[in-house]
Order: sequence, then structure tokens, then C-alpha cells
Amino acid sequence: MSQPLLSVKNLSIVYEVPNLDVVAVSRASFDVPRGSIVGLVGESGCGKTTMARAFTRIISDNAKITEGSMDFDGKDLAKISEREMNDLRWRDIAFVPQSAMNSLDPVYRVEYQMHEVLRGRGGMSRSQAKARAAELFEMVGIEANRLRDFPHQFSGGMRQRVAIALALALNPKLIVADEPVTALDVIVQRQILDQMRALQRDLGISIIMVTHDISVVAYICDRTVVMYAGEVVEDCETATLLSKPLHPYTMGLKNAFPDIASAGTGILTPISGAPPDLARPPAGCRFAARCPFALDHCRSVSPTLMSFGDDHSVACHRAHEAEALRAQAALPETWGEIL
Amino acid sequence: MTTPLVEVENAQLHYRVGSAVSAMMGLPSVVKAVDGISFSLNKGESVGLLGESGCGKTSMGRLLVRLENVTGGSARFDGAEISQLKGRALRTFRSRSQMIFQNPFDAVNPRYTLAKTMAEPLANAGIPKSEWRDRIIKALELVRLADPEQYLDRFPHQLSGGQLQRVVMARALILEPDFVVADEPVSMLDVSVRAGVLNVFREVRDKLGLTAIYISHDLALVRYVCERTIVMYLGRIMEDGPTEAIVREPLHPYTQALVAAVPTPNADQSHEPLPIGRGAPDPRNPPSGCVFRDRCPKAFDRCAAEVPASKKVGTRHVACHLFDEAG
Repeated sequence: MSQPLLSVKNLSIVYEVPNLDVVAVSRASFDVPRGSIVGLVGESGCGKTTMARAFTRIISDNAKITEGSMDFDGKDLAKISEREMNDLRWRDIAFVPQSAMNSLDPVYRVEYQMHEVLRGRGGMSRSQAKARAAELFEMVGIEANRLRDFPHQFSGGMRQRVAIALALALNPKLIVADEPVTALDVIVQRQILDQMRALQRDLGISIIMVTHDISVVAYICDRTVVMYAGEVVEDCETATLLSKPLHPYTMGLKNAFPDIASAGTGILTPISGAPPDLARPPAGCRFAARCPFALDHCRSVSPTLMSFGDDHSVACHRAHEAEALRAQAALPETWGEIL
Repeated sequence: MTTPLVEVENAQLHYRVGSAVSAMMGLPSVVKAVDGISFSLNKGESVGLLGESGCGKTSMGRLLVRLENVTGGSARFDGAEISQLKGRALRTFRSRSQMIFQNPFDAVNPRYTLAKTMAEPLANAGIPKSEWRDRIIKALELVRLADPEQYLDRFPHQLSGGQLQRVVMARALILEPDFVVADEPVSMLDVSVRAGVLNVFREVRDKLGLTAIYISHDLALVRYVCERTIVMYLGRIMEDGPTEAIVREPLHPYTQALVAAVPTPNADQSHEPLPIGRGAPDPRNPPSGCVFRDRCPKAFDRCAAEVPASKKVGTRHVACHLFDEAG
């Protein structure tokens, strides 16, 4: 097997607030294989966006990478100088920010913003940049004559395509997309995901998709990394995650999602409670307070991410009982109050 | 037979857009957000308004709670034309019909405590101050916020999205309305808390016997809440019928695309391209005939020439020329 394109090991990222350290990402480890789409899934505040931004080190000033490594093609993204990092941005790793729809500058034509990347970062001449910009627009399915338009002249879905075109500008090896289809309606969402899959296949790139939506992961991601309260709690192929989840949080996420392919509507079961305060994380497993299967042991000893069967890692003390827990997790009464 | 609570007949909501200059250049200056919509809702019925962004579903909802007025046709509530209500009748209408908004953080004043936010409708309706606290607590209990007292002095930013959406729901219910329009009430919430909010919505609706409209682009969510669904496209109704039938066998080509686009949490799902052209047309300049025809894989000559009328097909109404002969 070839080396993964990106290998994250024991990564911790801390926000330093006066008198308080908030550990947003806590000893996270996972790999992004070459030519794959990896989903980073979890609810708001789980650290997925912080981690995604760390891959291009565009984290805020009070955020510090306190331990761990991010090995990208032989370079440790946590250690390289700012100058080296800057060389990688756009050229090797491109970031599509959350609500990319709003990340375009409203007062400049889209063409100008494309040229900033192509000429400023890619060192192209004006005519090269013009040709490349037209080519990129075609790749994402927008007519090249729209390059002269301002962002407000595009619909939300088209602006999202423009943001993806920008990310592709300099042929990066890795695209990190933060919630690229949230806020879009189902038809546009599907068309954008299809486009991303086609581009990934044609160009052989890798994509990290940050999302809170497991249906997005189910549709497009080869592998999925589930995060909870700053920690990676499960990591495996997406098909395995959906059919044989090992972590109770993953089981719960599936119950909470309406499935139009199912015979009836059944009852959707929320995971009651809220994630812990990351400034004062609890002892033991961070999910224990919301977990219907938590034992005393879970509340005192923190489980570590361990390999469990083929290519499947999980951080749960009861992973060896997963099959029985899955059966129980499918029953709404297991999760207590559904309101 | 009981009369319907809500009756909409050929309703239109046309927005004037663009400048005098663009009008002089002959550019169309009207967006027909709602263009000839008819349906009625019986007391206690829940209907989903389904469609893509820009299809006019939110405009339709706003007409029914009088955040907009029809520019043509008619929209009646309990027999009275909504846009003509005045004085006392309007005040009564305002307390009987309510809207729940999409983003809870935009729907409340960030500088008001939740008690103050909740008291506004009570003050507007002239409820004596001595009753406010009890009614606020009761409304918060209704949406299953545990230990409601603790929320009264808090500010919106101190709540999670799910908690705040429950507060917004409680505010809409505090005057005990008969009719509620919920505009994508869970789209801003995390998947893990969505289910709880939807379950509360269903419980409250059944308990109070509410008539409800649930606006969404996601048929899976509509199916969870409504037995009937109305599919809208560019200001018109494409299909109207029982939600289960629409999920299992969508008739209109647009509904077929919408059903195919619904994301599922399964690994074995179809990756076939959607049976729909890309990009909705400019709403100022919709196609002639059927507004969906330029994205429709099944369009034929008549679609450009004639606007399809709504036809009854089994338990449903469909506006599509493919069903002209089916009669």
C-alpha cells in the first residue's frame, strides 16, 4: 500500500483564552489515503472545523498546535516554517471555507479573484490566467462568460461552484472543504457532490469533507472519521460505519436521521443532552453523559482510539459488545426521552 | 362538512424588482414569487410546502400569516380575506396565526432576555401583566424545556441552537394559535438535536390540534411531519397529494427529481445523475407554458405552448401535460 497523503497523529489544538485553555482538538489521529474522499463528521463545537483549518494553519491567533504531527507528503504541517506553509497553500492544499458562498469578495469581479490566485500564487501570466480561469469554470459547470460577473450575480449553488473552482486553480493534491453543501437545497447539494466526486476521480486528488450531515458522508465519502468533543471516536470505511458502527455516538447519529428509503417514518430519536464544555472536559469518556450504555468505568477512564477489526478504529470501552449494543441502539426507548 | 380554515384561490404575490432604467431597457421587472396558487387546509391538517430555494414556498407561507399581502387572487383565513383584515379582526388574526422562523438566532432580539422575548406577543395581545409569567412558563413547558424558570433571565447567546428553536416555538405558541407556519425550523440545527425539535413539533401540534404548514426542501423531513405535501416550482404548484404516495411514486417529473435528491444515511444509494437540468431559470423571465419545461427531461411541444392545468390523478393533483389524457 502506498503511504497516505496526509497522516494526522496525536494532534492537539488549544484555544488560549485568558485564564482558560479550551482544548478544541485532543490527540486526534487519522489518515487520508491518496485519491480518496474522507469525511470529518460531528456536531457543532466538536473541533472538526478547527482541525480542518489546521491543515493549512489558518487557525486563529490564540489557537496553538500543542502536540502531534500532520504528515503531508513527507512534510510535517505542524512543524514547517510559515514560509514553507505558504508555499503549500493553494498549490498543494486548498481550503474551501464554510459558507464559501459568502467568502467571495462582493466588490470584485469573480475573474479578478481567480486571477489573484492564478497570477499571485501560481505565477501565471495574464493570458495564462485567463485561459486557466475559463477552463476551471468549465470544470465546475459554469459558462466561462460568467467570469466577468460579480458574486451577487450568481446563485448560492453557483457561488459554491466558484469556490470549488478557486480551490482547484493550482492543481492541489488535497482539498479541504468545510461544510461545502450546508445551506444548499437538496437538488443543488446533490449536483455539487456529484461534481466533487467526478473531479476527485478525474484529477486523482484527495478531499476532506467537513460536515455535520451523515447523509453527505454516506453519499460521497470513502472513509469517515467521527469526532466528538474534540476527539476522534471512530474511523473506518463509510460503508462499514453505516452498517456496523462500533461507537454508540455513531449509532445514535443514524437514529436521528430521517431515511426516505425506509418503509415508514418510524420515530426519530435524538441524542439528548449536549456535548461537554471543552474548557472543563469530564473525566473518562466524553460521551458518557449522553451514552445509554455508559458504565461506571466509562465515567472515570478515558477510552483510547484502538484498532478493532479490519481497518476500523474506535474509542469505546464496550466496542467488543458492539453487535448487542447496535440492536439496543435501534430501539427508541434506549435513548430515553425523545422530546 | 366543516369549512376549511385556510383557503387559497389563485393567489398571486408579485414583487416589483429592478430600477426605472432596467424597465426602460425593456427588462422584465416583476418576480412572480407566487403565481396562481390554490389549495385549502382543513382544521387540524398539516401540509408540507416542498421545493427548491426560490420556488416561492416561503413567500406563500408569509402571505398566510400576513407578512405579505396578495397582489392578486385570494387567501382567506376562517372565511375572511387575510389582506383585508383591520382593527380588532386583525389583532385576533395575529394571535391566531403564527410563524416559526428558520434561524432561531435571527428570530429573537439578542439584547432581550428570553422572558422579554416571550412577553412581547402577550403585551401585543393585551394580556394582563399578572398572567405573563405563568403563561411563559407554561409555553416553555409545552416545548419540553426542562426546568423552564432557569431560562427566563438568560440571553439568546447562552442557549444552544436546539434550545433556542424551542423558545422560538414556545413564543409562537404562547397565544394559543390555531394555525402555524414553520419555515425550515430545523435546517440550522445539528442532526442530533433535530429529531427532538421535530418530535416536539409533532406533539404540540397534536395536543393543540394545530393546523400547520411545514416549509422545507427536504422531503424526508416533510414526510416526518405532514401527511400531505404540496410541491412548488417557480411560484406554482406542480403536485399536491398524500406524502406517502408522493414519496413512493412521485408523478410530476419535478417531484421525481426532488425525491431522487433526498439524501439518505445509507451506503447503498443511487448515484445516478438527477433527472433534472441544472440551474433554475431567472425568475423574472420564466419559460412560457410549463415553468419547469427547460429542466424537464420529458418536455415535449405542448409544454412550451400551454400552461398545464392541475388535473386529478388518483388521490393527487398534478400540473403536467404528461397526465392530460389520464383524466
